Amino acid sequence: MAEIAIRNVAKTYGKTRIMEGVNLTIRNGEFVVILGPSGCGKSTLLRLIAGLEEITAGEIAIAGQVVNDLEPRERGCAMVFQNYALYPHMTVAENIGYALKVAGVPKAERQARIAATAASVGLGDFLDRRPGQLSGGQRQRVAMARAIIREPKVFLFDEPLSNLDAKLRVQMRHEIRRIHTRIKATSIFVTHDQHEGMTLADRLVVMNKGTIEQVGTPDEIYDRPASLYVAGFIGSPAMSFLPGRVDAGRQALMLESGAALPLPRALAQAAAGRLVQAGLRPETLSLTAPGKGQIDARVDFVEELGAERLYHLMVEDLPLSVLSSEKVRPAEGAPIGVSVPLGALHLFDADTGRRIEPQAAETPVAVTA
Amino acid sequence: MRRAHFKFSWIVPLLLAPQLLVIFTFFYWPSAQALYWAFTLEQPWGGGNTWVGFDNFRKVLSDPYYWGSVRVSVIYALATTILAMGMALTLALFVDRQLAGYRVWRIGIIWPYAVAAPAVGLAFQFVFNPGAGIFSYINTISPGWWDLSKHPWQAVTAIVIAGAWKQVSYSFIFFLAALQAIPRSLTEAAAMDGARPLRRMIDLQLPLLTPTFFFLLVINITDSFTDSFGIVDTLTGGGPFRATDLMVYKIYSDGFRGFDYSGAAAQSIILMCLVMALTFIQFRYIERRVHYT
Repeated sequence: MAEIAIRNVAKTYGKTRIMEGVNLTIRNGEFVVILGPSGCGKSTLLRLIAGLEEITAGEIAIAGQVVNDLEPRERGCAMVFQNYALYPHMTVAENIGYALKVAGVPKAERQARIAATAASVGLGDFLDRRPGQLSGGQRQRVAMARAIIREPKVFLFDEPLSNLDAKLRVQMRHEIRRIHTRIKATSIFVTHDQHEGMTLADRLVVMNKGTIEQVGTPDEIYDRPASLYVAGFIGSPAMSFLPGRVDAGRQALMLESGAALPLPRALAQAAAGRLVQAGLRPETLSLTAPGKGQIDARVDFVEELGAERLYHLMVEDLPLSVLSSEKVRPAEGAPIGVSVPLGALHLFDADTGRRIEPQAAETPVAVTA
Repeated sequence: MRRAHFKFSWIVPLLLAPQLLVIFTFFYWPSAQALYWAFTLEQPWGGGNTWVGFDNFRKVLSDPYYWGSVRVSVIYALATTILAMGMALTLALFVDRQLAGYRVWRIGIIWPYAVAAPAVGLAFQFVFNPGAGIFSYINTISPGWWDLSKHPWQAVTAIVIAGAWKQVSYSFIFFLAALQAIPRSLTEAAAMDGARPLRRMIDLQLPLLTPTFFFLLVINITDSFTDSFGIVDTLTGGGPFRATDLMVYKIYSDGFRGFDYSGAAAQSIILMCLVMALTFIQFRYIERRVHYT
C-alpha cells in the first residue's frame, strides 16, 4: 500500500510531445480510474508509473520514494495487461507463481500461495491448464491472480476488460472491486469506457491530449464537468450543446435560435454578457407540446431503448437529445417543445471551454490541468 | 473463410505445371534414374547394363572408406548445425535487444546465405591458407603447425567453420523474426514479475523459440548433409587422407572421377534415405517437446 505522487510529468517520443505537466496525487489504498479516448496518453501514464517507459521530465514517487530511475521490479507495482500477457508455455500455476519463483520463494510455500490465490479468483480447478486452453474470462483471472500473489503496493490495470464480452465485463468489474476491497492496494485503472470508470472509481481522472482535464469523484465529474470536453465525454447518452449569450438583466440565456432559458441568479451574474455553450443532459429534459416548452425543436428520429426512448431533435441545425420514458412516438419532422428545468444548464465559456460556476459558489471543483 | 473455386479444372494443372516440370526434371527423373542405376551395373561410357540386385549396396556398405565418410558426415552435420545455430541465436538475441538500425544489419547478415558454396570455400581458402591466410600467423609462432593438407582434424575444422559461416545467416533471420514475434507485453509482464534480462531469456524467449529451433534443426541438418559439396571441393578436395570425404563429396568423386556410376547411385539412395529418416526422427521425437502457441 502506498501513496503515488506524480509531479509535473512530461513524456516525449523524439519530437512528439505526448504528455505534459501532469500532476496527480493518489492516496494510499485509493482506486483511481484514468479515463480518456484512445491516444490521450492514459496508458502511457500507467506505463510511466510501472517503469516500462522512462519519463522525460518531472518525477514520480511511490510511497515517498522517487522511482524515476528504478527498474520496474524495484517499484513494487503489479500490472494487469490489456491482452493479459500470460506466458503461453507455462501452466496456470506456473504463470501465477512466476514472480515468486523469480524471487526465490521455496517451492512448498510457493505452491501453497498459488493454490490459495487461484482459489480466491475461482481458478482452483485449472492449475494444470495452459493459457491457450482457457476462456477469455479465465485468462483474465489468471492475469489478476498473477498480480495479486505478489501482494503489491500498487496495482496497475491497463484496460484489462476491453477484450471481454459485455456480460463478462460487468461481472469482472464487480470482481475487481471486490478484490480491491479485500486487499486494499492503491489501484490505478486505465479505460476508455466511462461506465467502467464510473462504477469502479473512488476518483476519476479524465485525460485529453496528454493533459489532465479534471479529477474528481464520479459524482462531481458528472454533476459539474470542468470543461466542454469532460461534459461531452462523460454521460451516456451524451450531453447536447447549444450556443447563446447570457443576459444578466433578464436572468436568462438567450439562445441563437431565439429561445430564452431562465438561469439561477448567481449563475446569470457570473456569466453576465458572455458568449457561452450551454450543455444540456438528455435525462434532465422533458418533452412538451409544440410552443409549450422553452425550446422549440423538430423531431429528427427516435431511438428505442426499451424502458426509455432517446429523442434526437433538431434546434434549427443543431442536435439536441432528450431521454424520456414517455411512450410518445412523434412523426419525423414534427414540431415539438422541450422543457428545461431551472438549474439543468451547464454553462461553458465559448472561448476557453471552461465551466462557468455561479458566483459565490461553494467550493469550486478542484481542477488540475 | 471463403475459398475461391475455379470453374475450369484444367486451370489447376496448368498453374501447377511449371513447378511440377522443374521438380520432375531436377528431382524425380534423376532420382528414378539413380534408383535404377543403384540396382544395375552401369557401363562408364554408356551401352548395356546388367541387373545386379543389391550387389551395389553390399559393396558400398562393406567398404570401410564408406563408413569413414558416413562418420565424418555425421560429425560435420552435427558440428556445423550446433555452431551455426548457436552463433545465429547469440547474434539474434543481441540484435533483438538493441534494435537501432536492425533492418540494415538484418540485410547485411543474410548475405552470406546468398553466396554460393564454392565461393564460400574459395574465400575460406584464403583465410585458412597455411602460407598466406589469416591462420598463417599461427605458423609464424609455431612453423608448420597449421596446414589443412596435412592434418585431418584441421581440415575437418576448416570445412565445419566454412559451412557454419554459410548457415548462420539463414538461422539468424529466423531466430530474429521469432524473437520479435514474441509480444512485447510478455517481456514487460516478466519484467514486472521481477525477472532480469538474462532470466527472461531463459524462462521466456528460449522456450517460445522452440518451434523455430526445431524447424532450423531440420533444415540445418538436411543442408549440411546435402549442400556441403561446394565447400569441400574448393577447400580440401576431400583430403587429407579422405578426412573430409563427406557423403555428398564421395558420391561425386566415386561417380565422376572413379566412373563407378552404380556405386555412386547406391550411395545417393542411401543418403536420400538417411536424410528422410533423420527428418522423420526429428518430427517424431523432438517435435513433441515443442510448444506451438
